[in-house]
Amino acid sequence: MAIKTEEMVLNMGPQHPSTHGVLRLELELEGEIIKNVKPHIGYLHRCFEKHAEAMTYPQVVPYTDRMDYVASMYNNFGYAVTVEKLLGIEVPERVEYIRVIMGELQRIASHMVALGTYGLDLGAFTPFLYLFIDREKILNLFEMTCGARLLYNYIWVGGVSHDLHPDFLRLTKEFIDYYRPHIAELNELLSYNKIFIERTANVGVMPLDTAINYGMTGPNLRASGLKFDLRKDEPYSIYDRFDFDVPVGEGKMGTVGDCWDRYFVRVLELEQSLKILEQAIEQIPEGDVQSAIPKRIKPPAGTVYGRVEAPRGELGYFIISDGSVNPFRMKVRAPSFVSLSIMGELCKGHLVSDVVAILGSIDIVLGEVDR
Amino acid sequence: MKQPKEIFESLKEKFTEYNFEIIEDLPVEPIISVDPLNVNKIGFYLRLDADLQFDSLMVLSGVDDNNAKKIKQEDETEIDDPGTLSVYYHLYSTTLKHKVTLKASAPKDNPEIESVEKVWKTADWHEREAYDMIGIKFLNHPDLRRILMPYDWDENSFPLRKDYENPEFYQGIKVPY
Amino acid sequence: MYELLYDIFGSEIIAMIIAACMPLFLFILPFALIAVLLERKVSAHMQDRLGPMRVGYHGILQTIADILKLIQKEDIVADTTDKKLFNMAPVLVFAGSYAVFAAIPFSGAFIGSAADVGIFFIIAVSSIVVAGILMAGWASNNKYSLLGAMRSAAQIISYEIPTALVVLSIVMLTGTLSLNTMSIQQTAYFWNWNLFGGAADGFVQLLLLPFTVVAFVIFYISSLAEVNRTPFDIPEAESELVAGYHTEYSGMKFAMFFLAEYANMFAVSAIAVAIFLGGYQSPLGYLGNTIGVEWLIPYEQLFWFTVKGVGLVLVQIWLRWTLPRLRVDQLMTVCWKYLIPYAFVNLIIIGLISLI
Repeated sequence: MAIKTEEMVLNMGPQHPSTHGVLRLELELEGEIIKNVKPHIGYLHRCFEKHAEAMTYPQVVPYTDRMDYVASMYNNFGYAVTVEKLLGIEVPERVEYIRVIMGELQRIASHMVALGTYGLDLGAFTPFLYLFIDREKILNLFEMTCGARLLYNYIWVGGVSHDLHPDFLRLTKEFIDYYRPHIAELNELLSYNKIFIERTANVGVMPLDTAINYGMTGPNLRASGLKFDLRKDEPYSIYDRFDFDVPVGEGKMGTVGDCWDRYFVRVLELEQSLKILEQAIEQIPEGDVQSAIPKRIKPPAGTVYGRVEAPRGELGYFIISDGSVNPFRMKVRAPSFVSLSIMGELCKGHLVSDVVAILGSIDIVLGEVDR
Repeated sequence: MKQPKEIFESLKEKFTEYNFEIIEDLPVEPIISVDPLNVNKIGFYLRLDADLQFDSLMVLSGVDDNNAKKIKQEDETEIDDPGTLSVYYHLYSTTLKHKVTLKASAPKDNPEIESVEKVWKTADWHEREAYDMIGIKFLNHPDLRRILMPYDWDENSFPLRKDYENPEFYQGIKVPY
Repeated sequence: MYELLYDIFGSEIIAMIIAACMPLFLFILPFALIAVLLERKVSAHMQDRLGPMRVGYHGILQTIADILKLIQKEDIVADTTDKKLFNMAPVLVFAGSYAVFAAIPFSGAFIGSAADVGIFFIIAVSSIVVAGILMAGWASNNKYSLLGAMRSAAQIISYEIPTALVVLSIVMLTGTLSLNTMSIQQTAYFWNWNLFGGAADGFVQLLLLPFTVVAFVIFYISSLAEVNRTPFDIPEAESELVAGYHTEYSGMKFAMFFLAEYANMFAVSAIAVAIFLGGYQSPLGYLGNTIGVEWLIPYEQLFWFTVKGVGLVLVQIWLRWTLPRLRVDQLMTVCWKYLIPYAFVNLIIIGLISLI
């Protein structure tokens, strides 16, 4: 007698502990094996692009904060770089250095959230809190500079909103010395934990050609083995002045491009960001930070696509200007939006538990997916 | 490493039957405008040609050009030109490290553009977004649904069009409430 | 204990009821209250934070406040649940883990039932929990609950095999199924514990030592899995299945599951203590013997039993807040490919040695 079988559809989210926000995944299951995954997004859609059309260029900056709210500083940074490219203005040296310092601190903070919540997804609670204790110190540095801890509105077109606090550089240096040993601690606690490796190695393998075809960028692409980092390959701001490595996935625990590689590339990037920070603190000149801020931004008619290496990958702003004070069209290429589209491809044939592992490893922020 | 001008020339040589135009008087980057119904073939050529190798689609953006105007005809009657909707393709080659921007425009009353989802998988969701927001119909797209807006949103209402007006009711609830 | 109560009340039924309720009110409830707080405080300090601090001094009354909240909560039963099973499941789960306490020798003078088949009874009766969990998962009519319940049932049934095999090897060594007799055999100093080869002669004990240690490790791992603790908390893996089989429960019914979980934590630790760690015997000799006060000895035994049990519970907490969680197939791999073969080989070797 044939037993009647049918696939089970499991709705994961929008309220679910490990969808990192309000993402709904429609899983088609056969037992615990995934047949198909359909992501449904849009629960956090706040009409950034429509809003931007009604705002003047400087007014858009606070809105960019609210996209990737874990890495707001870098969203500001990307926007400022893009508009400056359209306007063709140069910003003072000190501003460039401040931006790089803020950007790299933000990258560390953002990766901390990514790594910590990844551990949390796999059931390791303690590393998450250890990482958040250290992230707190970075947020304190940000608070000291611009008064905000999450949404900064700090990097403006042509400058930054405040100069650094007199103690900032000293405290940042102290933070670097304090934090460096903690990366080794994280490795002991989580990265090289046997159970963690079992859960992540050879899971959700992303071959390089698939990764490029799906438009993966940032750590996700590098984990698949391509040494591609906009800070090196297409240096914006002053990134060409610093000496740092671009870590790539090596398949140390399994196959190149598996979840463990994506995780570990982020761990290695922490180290590189600290390296950049050290150099930037050494070299930073004195100067005025607001001299280049234009009184009225009215760019020439035309289009510009500017992209920066945000913690989650390539953050691009496509701006069409019609010569007025408002952008005619602003489109954001959000790295998480693009990364999430590969979910269906990666999850096929894995178990329900692996969905969590894969989703955590591509590191999305729903604020940015939905904008 | 190729400049947009050279890419434009090679495209023209390869596809003699299609129209190409290069818009160069822009402040940052020139744009090549291409035939909307054959953009997938052009895409395949750009991706697979050994000298071009545009393996990465950085972003695909739908734009309402807002260029509707009235055209006066010889017999003094006016007809409405609804204007165009456009799609911008920003391409990049991870091996050769060069970039190009393509633009495909379609008339607003029948905005049909061929899908490039088969060429670059990235385009899948970006095209859905362009459909959702601007209302461009991508031909041969496997799954053209709304993506950011609710699935039950009014079929003919596309929020990022310049002539969009807020609906008065959504699911029987007054907007703005 | 029952005889004493019978003498006091003169009625079998009242004595029975009181004897049956004693462990619940004297031990399980207070223990659950303390264990929840312990878990929260220990995990908090492991993670460099303070944990509950508001209710009472350093938050010691926090669990009582939580219980009060749970009692007051509305008991939500969704429309599409199978009401009978849904209401029965938490009771069954709790009953299963409570029944285990009947055969645990807390001290020489306090054993619910000194039945000769103690350990056999425990292994049998704790399987009721599986039925309860399956009922909860099925009756909730929720896919997460169902997945959690299926995982849980598979896990508990699988891990009962290595547990039983290890217990069997110790039963072979001691020649008894009664936990009380086992505890008595492990009297005097700690090198007489079954963990260190039991009360055998010097040479045989040395031979046995590595194998009984292995047996203990296997037993501890599989008992962790049987009570669904990290790294084996797959049935209720919160990041995947929200809360597993008790997703749909609220209020007191949820509290029953919760209580059962903590009761179980202590139950498996207590069994491990009784089998391997000398039961209620003191590792250092009794104060009562030294100063010649005999009635002190049972209390000392109770003290030692609790200390050892809570010690093992602390290890469980420590593991939970350190390790990530296994995947469901890896869980089965650990059981079927490693624990069961090792337990088998261990059983054979211990059998051969005890022939000497």
